[in-house]
Amino acid sequence: MEQVVITFLCMAILLYFLLGGADFGAGIIELFTSTKNRSKTRKTMYQAIGPVWEANHMWLIIAIVILFVGFPHIYTTMSVYLHIPLAIMLIGIIARGTAFVFRHYDAVKDDMQWFYNRIFRYSSFVTALFLGIIAGSLISGHIDTQANDFYTAYISGWLNWFSVAVGMFTVSLCGFLAAIYLIGETKEAHDKRRFIKKAEFMNVAAVVFGAMVFIAAQRDKIPLTDWVFKSNVGLSAIILASLSLVLLWYLLIKGKTKVLRILAGFQVTMILLAISYAHFPNFIRLKNGDAISLLETAGPEKTIYSLGLALLLGSVLILPFLGYLFYKFQKKEE
Amino acid sequence: MDDFIAARSQMALSLGFHIIFSCIGMVMPFFMAVSHYKWLKTNDEVYKNLTKAWSKGVAIFFATGAVSGTMLSFELGLLWPKFMDHAGPIFGMPFSLEGTAFFIEAIALGFFLYGWNKLNKWFHWFTGMVVGVSGLASGILVVAANAWMNSPAGFDFINGKYLNIDPIQAMFNKAWFSQALHMCLAAFTATGFAVAGVHALMILRNRNAAFHLKAFKIAAIFACIGALLQPLSGDISAKDVAKRQPAKLAAMEALYKTEKPAPLLIGGIVNEKDKTVKGAIEIPGALSFLAHGDFKAEVKGLDQIPENEHPPVAITHYAFQIMVGIGTLLLLVSLTYFFILFKKKPLTEKRWLLKLFVVAIPLGYIALEAGWVVTEVGRQPWIIYGIMRTKDAVTPMPGIAYSFYIFSAIYVSLSIIVTFLLYRQIKMVPVLYNKPERK
Ligand code: HDD
Ligand code: HEM
Ligand code: HEM
Repeated sequence: MEQVVITFLCMAILLYFLLGGADFGAGIIELFTSTKNRSKTRKTMYQAIGPVWEANHMWLIIAIVILFVGFPHIYTTMSVYLHIPLAIMLIGIIARGTAFVFRHYDAVKDDMQWFYNRIFRYSSFVTALFLGIIAGSLISGHIDTQANDFYTAYISGWLNWFSVAVGMFTVSLCGFLAAIYLIGETKEAHDKRRFIKKAEFMNVAAVVFGAMVFIAAQRDKIPLTDWVFKSNVGLSAIILASLSLVLLWYLLIKGKTKVLRILAGFQVTMILLAISYAHFPNFIRLKNGDAISLLETAGPEKTIYSLGLALLLGSVLILPFLGYLFYKFQKKEE
Repeated sequence: MDDFIAARSQMALSLGFHIIFSCIGMVMPFFMAVSHYKWLKTNDEVYKNLTKAWSKGVAIFFATGAVSGTMLSFELGLLWPKFMDHAGPIFGMPFSLEGTAFFIEAIALGFFLYGWNKLNKWFHWFTGMVVGVSGLASGILVVAANAWMNSPAGFDFINGKYLNIDPIQAMFNKAWFSQALHMCLAAFTATGFAVAGVHALMILRNRNAAFHLKAFKIAAIFACIGALLQPLSGDISAKDVAKRQPAKLAAMEALYKTEKPAPLLIGGIVNEKDKTVKGAIEIPGALSFLAHGDFKAEVKGLDQIPENEHPPVAITHYAFQIMVGIGTLLLLVSLTYFFILFKKKPLTEKRWLLKLFVVAIPLGYIALEAGWVVTEVGRQPWIIYGIMRTKDAVTPMPGIAYSFYIFSAIYVSLSIIVTFLLYRQIKMVPVLYNKPERK
């Protein structure tokens, strides 16, 4: 059962990254869209993600529940030492979630729209940034559970070059995912071109920030290059990611938009795999060299067993229903 | 502000905020399903418009409920890491099932909101029902988790260690049933009165009376049935509390001395220093009856409980008085409403009754919040009753006060915006849904 629970945890994190990420990305894209095209981008976006919007964000909750039920030590360590970035991310989630719905359901469309839009864009950016910072901090080895002063305990664990670089990398990946997603959602050639431009821009940004992640890792003495290039899985994942990028741009030029999404998702999955495989099942690396492992800190057997059962049962109920939702609202374009 | 107090205040604020939205998310789908059903059966456009109008409100509330719930699932760790370290694996079962329920709810909502004219009409109706049923299920499950904090079960506590953990037994603890029942009824009562009241106000102002009358009738029937059952369920809760948490019961009634038979106090000013209550109306023997079903039974007072295990008496007592007071009032309103329905008098002529419903708009929610204060403050100083003290569970991070100020500001602004949006939705009803009446 432990494997089942861990599989669900990884799947929930991955899906949140892909689906939720594309969602943050939509806000980020809007942030980098010129004023005259914004309302069009917004419309396309609303049609694209409106129906699946709530469901995309459930993956985060699933991941968190698995953590606090099954791996309480990991959950509480994160909560204590990454309190500040978590709180900022939460503020972002609250702000963008409500702004997204408010701007659509406000019965009177007036100046308030300006206000909702502002909040939606900036908070999308902040949420993705801090999501990345948190992910980076978990593996950066800066978290110090023996610290005596406020700065080392609650700030330096996440405010370091590596974590921030991962944060910016995440922002660009989210933007990339969203741009690729939106290309397939619009029919006008002009808009398609616009989203392709955005995807290019975000792609370049991802490469730049990806390089910064490696530089920061070098500087902070994080064996990132070893993880990625010295393990077979890491290396093959990176190679596959690069190949799929080439293929992706080829298809884009050819105008085949449907496969693009799968490729983009695949690419991001490979990147995550490359970064995380080498130190799996360690979830948090600590400053003193220790690590908190999923396997070693799992909760009592009975808990894991019933958690696994609940997840299996849940997926039997959820997945067909969710699949149908995606299917039903995809079909409309044809 | 002290970090510990700040953490408690932040927790209370977040839960108090979330509960309003989650109750609406739990109950409104049922109102919508009724109106939707009537539209499908009668083809009366007004019902269709009503369903659509309500669903827009629900979308606003649902999103706010979802983000505040996401916030809560992190907050348990951000504020109470030592509690979650031990409690997570024990009381996590309802949360993991709840995850499923939420997920289904979110998917079904996607279908419902975007499925107009796209889905088979009965499947569409069914997705609306699914939203309601899974919302109700999540409410029951999360309350079962809270009940575990009041009535810990499913583990052995030996030498400070939590052993032999059984999450299923923990979920079906002694308090889950009475709390979940009372909570579900409260959700229907509070939301029902709030919705009915708003529509009553519109009828009184003579705006789209046909539309609002139909809305009023649907909401009012749910509200009044809820209010009728609420005192019965409250009585079950009180007997339950008397058995498992005598300190909470004593605090609810500000019973400082053990008495046999014990009187019921109505009102009164509590003086926590001198341990006295002034100016209360006493009903002899009534508390013995309420707590134990016997007018002569002994009721344990706070004198039998060690001083360092006393909950804050004044807050608990006042909150309990507010809840029961409002409960009684709403019961009277419901009885009147049923009487008028029974007599088949047209509602529009009974303006005083509609006015009564307008007054009741906030009352259900006030009672609901007060009830939670009774439960949560009455459990103090324990976070897990009898096992772990709240102050031992709080996060070691200093500066929680700032976090509290920031989140207070966020919640206050959100409340203002949601109220504003709702006001606009209602104001726009004539423009958006007026077609049948304009002729
Ligand atoms: C519409 C709201 C509402 C109304 C009218 C009432 N209640 Fe209530 N009450 C709640 C809403 C509520 C609640 C907010 O839902 C609580 C908090 C925890 C719970 O399970 O329900 C609650 C808790 C609660 C408790 C504590 C349960 C515990 O700690 O386990 C008792 C003893 C009562 N109630 C008793 C009553 C009585 C005797 C009422 C008579 C009229 C009454 N309530 C009306
Ligand atoms: C929505 C309804 C609820 C409301 C309004 C509410 C209210 C409160 C209040 C007023 C406090 C502060 C107590 C004090 O300072 O003396 C509190 C604390 C707390 N509540 Fe609740 N509560 C609710 C439901 C729940 C649920 C469902 C859970 C968990 C499953 C929960 C968990 C906690 C925890 C962990 C604390 C902090 C420890 C403490 O002060 O007791 N509450 N809540
Ligand atoms: C008595 C207290 C509570 C009740 C009755 C309740 C009920 C609900 C309901 C019905 C929803 C669905 C959202 C909606 O329809 O608006 C919801 C959302 C949510 N609640 Fe609560 N809840 C309570 C307390 C809590 C607590 C203590 C937590 C966290 C530990 C929590 C976590 C969540 C989450 C994560 C969501 C979002 C799910 C979504 O996106 O639909 N809730 N709650």
